[in-house]
Formats: sequence, C-alpha cells, structure tokens
Amino acid sequence: MINLETPEYLANLRSSMNNLAKGVLRPVARKYDEAEHEYPKELDLFRGMQIMGRPKKKKEGAANDSGNGKPKKGINLSTVATIEEMCWGDAGLLLSIPNAGLGNAAIAAVATDEQLERFGGKWAAMAITEPGSGSDSGSITTTAVLDGDEWVLNGEKIFVTCADRCDAVVVWATVDRKAGKSGIKSFIVEKGTPGFRLEHLEHKLGIRASDTGTFVLDNCRIPKNNILGSAEVKQDTEGFKGVMKTFDNTRPMVASMATGIARAALDFLREKMEESGIPLDYEKNPENASALQKEFHMMEAQLEAMRLLVWRAAWMADNEEFNNVEASMAKAKAGRCGTLITQKCCELLGPLGFSRKELAEKWMRDSKIMDIFEGTGQIQHLIIARNVLEMSSKELK
Amino acid sequence: MICFSLSEEQTVMKETAAKLIQNCIRDNAHEMDEKGHIPAEYLTKFYELGTVPSMIPEEYGGYGMGHSPVMNSIILEELAFGDMGFAIASTLPALFVLPVLEMGTDQQKERLLPLFAQNPQECGTLGLNEPRFRYDPMELQSSAVRKNGSYVLNGEKCFVPMAQSAKHFLIAAAEEGKNGLYIVDRENPGLSVDEREKNLGLGTLENYRVRLENCEIPAEDKLGGEAGCDFGRLLQYTRTALAAIGTGVARASYEYARNYARERIQFGEPIASRQSISFMIAEMAYEVDAMRLMTWKSASALEAGKDAKRDSYLAKIYAGEMAMKITDYGVQVLGGHGYIREHPVERYYRNGRGIAILEGMAAV
Ligand SMILES: Cc1cc2nc3c(=O)[nH]c(=O)nc-3n(C[C@H](O)[C@H](O)[C@H](O)COP(=O)(O)OP(=O)(O)OC[C@H]3O[C@@H](n4cnc5c(N)ncnc54)[C@H](O)[C@@H]3O)c2cc1C
Repeated sequence: MINLETPEYLANLRSSMNNLAKGVLRPVARKYDEAEHEYPKELDLFRGMQIMGRPKKKKEGAANDSGNGKPKKGINLSTVATIEEMCWGDAGLLLSIPNAGLGNAAIAAVATDEQLERFGGKWAAMAITEPGSGSDSGSITTTAVLDGDEWVLNGEKIFVTCADRCDAVVVWATVDRKAGKSGIKSFIVEKGTPGFRLEHLEHKLGIRASDTGTFVLDNCRIPKNNILGSAEVKQDTEGFKGVMKTFDNTRPMVASMATGIARAALDFLREKMEESGIPLDYEKNPENASALQKEFHMMEAQLEAMRLLVWRAAWMADNEEFNNVEASMAKAKAGRCGTLITQKCCELLGPLGFSRKELAEKWMRDSKIMDIFEGTGQIQHLIIARNVLEMSSKELK
Repeated sequence: MICFSLSEEQTVMKETAAKLIQNCIRDNAHEMDEKGHIPAEYLTKFYELGTVPSMIPEEYGGYGMGHSPVMNSIILEELAFGDMGFAIASTLPALFVLPVLEMGTDQQKERLLPLFAQNPQECGTLGLNEPRFRYDPMELQSSAVRKNGSYVLNGEKCFVPMAQSAKHFLIAAAEEGKNGLYIVDRENPGLSVDEREKNLGLGTLENYRVRLENCEIPAEDKLGGEAGCDFGRLLQYTRTALAAIGTGVARASYEYARNYARERIQFGEPIASRQSISFMIAEMAYEVDAMRLMTWKSASALEAGKDAKRDSYLAKIYAGEMAMKITDYGVQVLGGHGYIREHPVERYYRNGRGIAILEGMAAV
C-alpha cells in the first residue's frame, strides 16, 4: 500500500546522522577544501562505523523482513538517508570516509566468501576510467593476462576516488580485447603490489577533501583468485551487465549526495531569509510572492522530488525489485537539479554567495561532480530513454 | 511502513479506472473536447463505482468504507490521463461531500450526506476561484457579513464546475478577513449562474461564473457552524488533487509523444534515435514519476491525519511547473503535427496550463 510518510526509524536515523554531520563534518568543511589532499584525520572517528551501510558479510546485506509480503526495512534506504545527511555536512568528507569506497560496493556485490574474508575489511577504491575511456566504459584498454597463478595487469587508470588513502583498488581490465564488453572483468589490486603506482593526485573544482588520482599498472602481478566474478568470457554481455549492476546501488547514493548538498544550500538561504524577516508561506498563491520567495519554494519542491526519486530507487533495491531505470532517474534528476539549486542559491545570496567566508560557493563547486561521475547526466538520460522507448544502444546512440 | 508499491486493492481500483478511461474516454476525448460535452453515460459509469457513497459513513446512508486520499490520488491520475475535464466532473460530488463530511456540523451532515449517499447523480459543487488579477485563495474578496440570524454573501466566482446542474454550492468567502465555506442552495435568489465559460483548456467540463448578490443564507449554513471550518485543510485536499490530475495530464502527453517518436521516421530513422528527442522523452518519464511521488507524499500525510500544508503546496507548485513543461515537450516532439488538433498533445498543452492556475477543482 502506497505510504510515503517517513517512518520513525528513518526520521531518527536522519536526525542522529545530521547531528554527526553538524558536529564533525561541517566544522572542518572549509579546512579540507583549502588543504587539498591532506587526510582529514577527524574521519578516523568513522573507521569501522557502518556509515555507508555496506555489509561485511553477504547475508547481512539482505533486507530484514518486517512480515509476510510486507515492505522491507532495508539497508539501501537507510544508506541513502545517511548519505544525504552526511553530504549536508560535507560531500568531500563523506567520499573520504574510510572503508566506504566505491570499490567496497563492488566487492560487497560480487565477492566470494573467501574474497570477503580477505578484502571485506579493506578500504577499496574503484578504477574504471582511463584517459581514452570515460562514459564509454566498455572501451577500456587496460589488459589482464593470466600467467600461471597470476594475472598480469597493464594500463593507466585516472580519476580514481580515494586513490591515495585506499588499501586496495578494484580495477577494470579486459582479458580479451576482441571479445569487447564480455572481456571486461574486475580485479582487486592491493596497494604495495609491485608495478602498481599512484602517479599523481588531481586538483579539482570541488570535493577537494576527496583524493582523486591516477594509477599506472606496469606488469602488475596479482594472485589468480583476485578476480571478482568468473574469468570465463561468454559470448553475450551478461557479465558486463553484471558489473554495471553495481551502479543500480551506487547511483541512488550519488543522487542522495546531490540532495544533501542542495539541502545545505537551501537551508542556508532559508536562514538568511528568516534573519531578514522574509516570511515563507505555504498557503498563499505563489504567483503573488516575491521572486525570491517563489524561487525558494520551487527549489524546495525540486529537492523533494529529488529525494523521492532517490528513496524509491533505494526502496526497490531493498525489496529486491529491479531498479535499473529508477536508479538512473534518481541520478539524472538529482545530478542536474542539485547543480541548479546550488547555483541559484549563490545567486540569491548575492555577495554572500560569492564569498569564501560562507560555504555556499563551495556547495556550488561540490555539487557539480554529482552530474558527472557514476555516469554523466547525459548517460543517465540515455539509459532511461533506451528503456522507456525500448530501443537498443544501436537504435538509440 | 514506507512503501512505494500499490496494494492489491489499490491496483484493482487503478485498473478499474484505467479500463473505464480506455473504454469510454481515450478515443472520444477529442470529440468531447470539440463539442464541449461529456456524455452523461460516461459519468454514470464512474458514479457506479460508488466512490462517494463509500466515503459516507453508514449512519448517513453510505457504505462507511472510509476516505483514502491516496486511493483518490491514484484514481484521479487515471481519470485525468483520459481527460482532465472528465476527471474533475466525475469526482465533483466528492468536492462538495468531503468538506461537509470532514468539517460540517452534525446537522449539516444529517441534512446533506444522505442525499449524496442515496443518489450518486446528486450534484454539488464548490465556488472558490475569483476572476481577477492577483487572486489568492487565502485572501478572498467574496465577503460574508453576519446579519442577525443570517449571512449575506457578495462576490463573483469563476471556474465553478457544473454550476448549472448543481443543487448545492459551497461558496468560499471571507468574514472579516477569515475564510469560510457557506452552503448555498441553487434556488437562493441571491445566487445566479452566468453563462458557461470558455477557457483555454478544460473544454469538456462545464464551468460557470457564479455571482452572489446580497445572497442571504441562514447562519447555520456556515460550514462548521459558528466556529467555521478549517479552510487551509480544504486547500490541502484540493491541491493534492490538482497535483494528481497534473500527473495524469502529463503522463498522457508523455506516453503519446514516446509512442510517436518511435514511429515517426525522418532522415531515414525514427526521430527517437536522436538524443534531442529521446532526452526530452527521458525527462518526461522521470518528471511524471516525480510529480506522482510528490502527490502521494502529500496524500500519505493527509491519510495519516497529519498536516499536509507544506507537502500539498509543494506538490501543487511542482505539478504546475512540470505539467506545463512536459505538455510543452509533448507538442514539440510531434512538431507541426503536434499543433494540429487531431493529435491530443495540443489539448494536453492547453489543459496543462491549468494546473498552476486552478485551485479547488477537485479533492482527494
Ligand atoms: C572527481 C572525480 C572522481 C571520479 N571518481 C572515479 C572513480 O572513483 N572511479 C572511476 O572509474 N572513475 C571516476 N571518475 C570518472 C568519471 O566517472 C568520468 O569522468 C565520467 O564517467 C565521464 O567520463 P569523461 O570524463 O571521460 O567524459 P566523456 O565521456 O568524455 O564525456 C564528455 C561529455 O560528453 C558527454 N557524452 C559522452 N558520451 C555521450 C553519449 N553517448 N551521448 C551523449 N553525451 C555523451 C558526457 O555526458 C559529457 O558531457 C571520477 C571523475 C571525477 C571528476
């Protein structure tokens, strides 16, 4: 039965996470924006905490049933709710929380029990992107060749989040260039492996607290059983679709990051409006309100829409419903609207929105990435369009 | 517990409404819009579902099944997917019944509810909107002045659905700045129904201007009695309803444009194979979903008996914005063909404009 009231457990979770964000992340948000690449030691507090809700063992991830056929109280919804609060505090810091990398999501999704044992406790980054291969992730050229009991990896990976701080990296490589997408597999490469080098860290527009870097793999040898999933190259692209499935879980998370940042900006604007005695009314005809009030209300409505699309996608994952298109909808909407909201808030804040004394300008810089990584807004629109139009990637390029 | 999927009961009602729309409205909506008329038998078909008697308690002759804003939102979207005017017309009795049920005095309920419980064709309507620049439902110009044992109403109302056939009116007016609803009979000599309005959209729906000139009613016909009614609550119900209707109109435009884009060939391939078209389609798809979720969020709060002031306001302004944007995309996807009245997208475009402007046309 449709019921979109926020349940009490979620409301409580949100408020406790918000307190944490307010107490721990906000106070150092500016500091690590300026001290780019410096490890935010305040985050040690989160080591071992299940902030991103990632299960350590497979079975823990399964939603706990609240009764027969009833909706389930699951980890995905709690996770996106937590992420929104943390990003309200600071998105760059959230992305730097130990042991909560994107690689951890991939490991949690497909690792064997033995692999979970070995890598479950490690901080894992995710390396898909290459200089010549961004949105077209199926075109990667990093190679993995089996040599006895080891895989030998060669290639270059760029824009890897948590590159400096992670313990291991999930690297996408092809075992058979001719096989196209079906030849793409993911491998766990641990820091310190010979031939695995962190080349440099990037200087970025925003989320500067997050360390983004380039890796070079030069005859890097890893154990044979560091491959995630099967090594077999099938004729179809099911395997590739399998790895892409991780995105169905992570896209709502990124969308929730966008929601959190946008809410931070809106809350700050509301505070300023209240301080100067500009009322916010939820009954009168919006057409008679001032431009400022009307813009504010419209952004608030957009924020609600973003959150609901995110929550739906996460809820579906919790209830074991296939949420591929809903995940992309959440990301497409929140990525774009988050960008627009943070820009507009700066505009409406006037000089306060341009000054680095306030965080609004930072939120505008931070938010922009949410429409880029984990698949750009355009890629999300492609996924949605192909799905609703029932067209293949050949029919709709 | 939070839930994003329909229950069996909700699915059945949704499908029933969808079937009715498919059988009666979808293929006839164009003709209905051109003629400005909804055949009575179509409305009867909807009344036969018994949504109004269902919500009226047994003590007043109804089925006492309770009142579900979520269910009503689901139904309204389906009906508006067929035709916006039809959606408003078919749920009209509820627009009158709901405020009486929720906010009327015992005497008011005893007098009015049995009429609607027994006769599903009983027509009541609500006069809220006023035809003027800077109109605001919270700052009504229509006035109610207490005079001994009665109230005297003055003012002009527009977009009053089916006023010509209505026997009972709820008229929104302000008494010393406080908004209230006043029950007025069709026979009252102070109430006159002008000729039918011609509007940008809502062609199928009979809308009228209604004038109140020294319209005197007994004091006990003020809804809720001496204390009056919770006028803000009424807006919460009607705004949620308009958001549901907006979702239906937008979805109609989206689905039509989506199907068209797959079939229309230009430059040797379907126009949908171009991103400038398919990205519009994608945006339409998720905005329709967003509108629906906002509607359901507000309806969920109402259903839980909670204050939905903010939720209903945000759902309505969002639906107003998006209904216009999506129906605009709908015409654009069809190009020149979208401008021709044989395709429904131009009708959705005209109707879509109404979501932001109209208030109090339907209730969930
Ligand atoms: C801060 C940061 C952190 C990142 N973290 C990671 C990480 O941890 N791991 C990782 O693997 N990657 C990561 N990335 C990489 C990120 O996922 C890519 O940058 C992104 O997928 C886009 O690829 P690109 O930059 O090569 O852009 P391109 O693919 O070159 O795209 C350029 C433009 O073209 C558009 N475009 C491309 N293809 C199409 C198409 N078919 N149709 C329409 N438009 C199209 C894009 O939308 C974009 O606007 C990160 C990037 C940044 C900036």
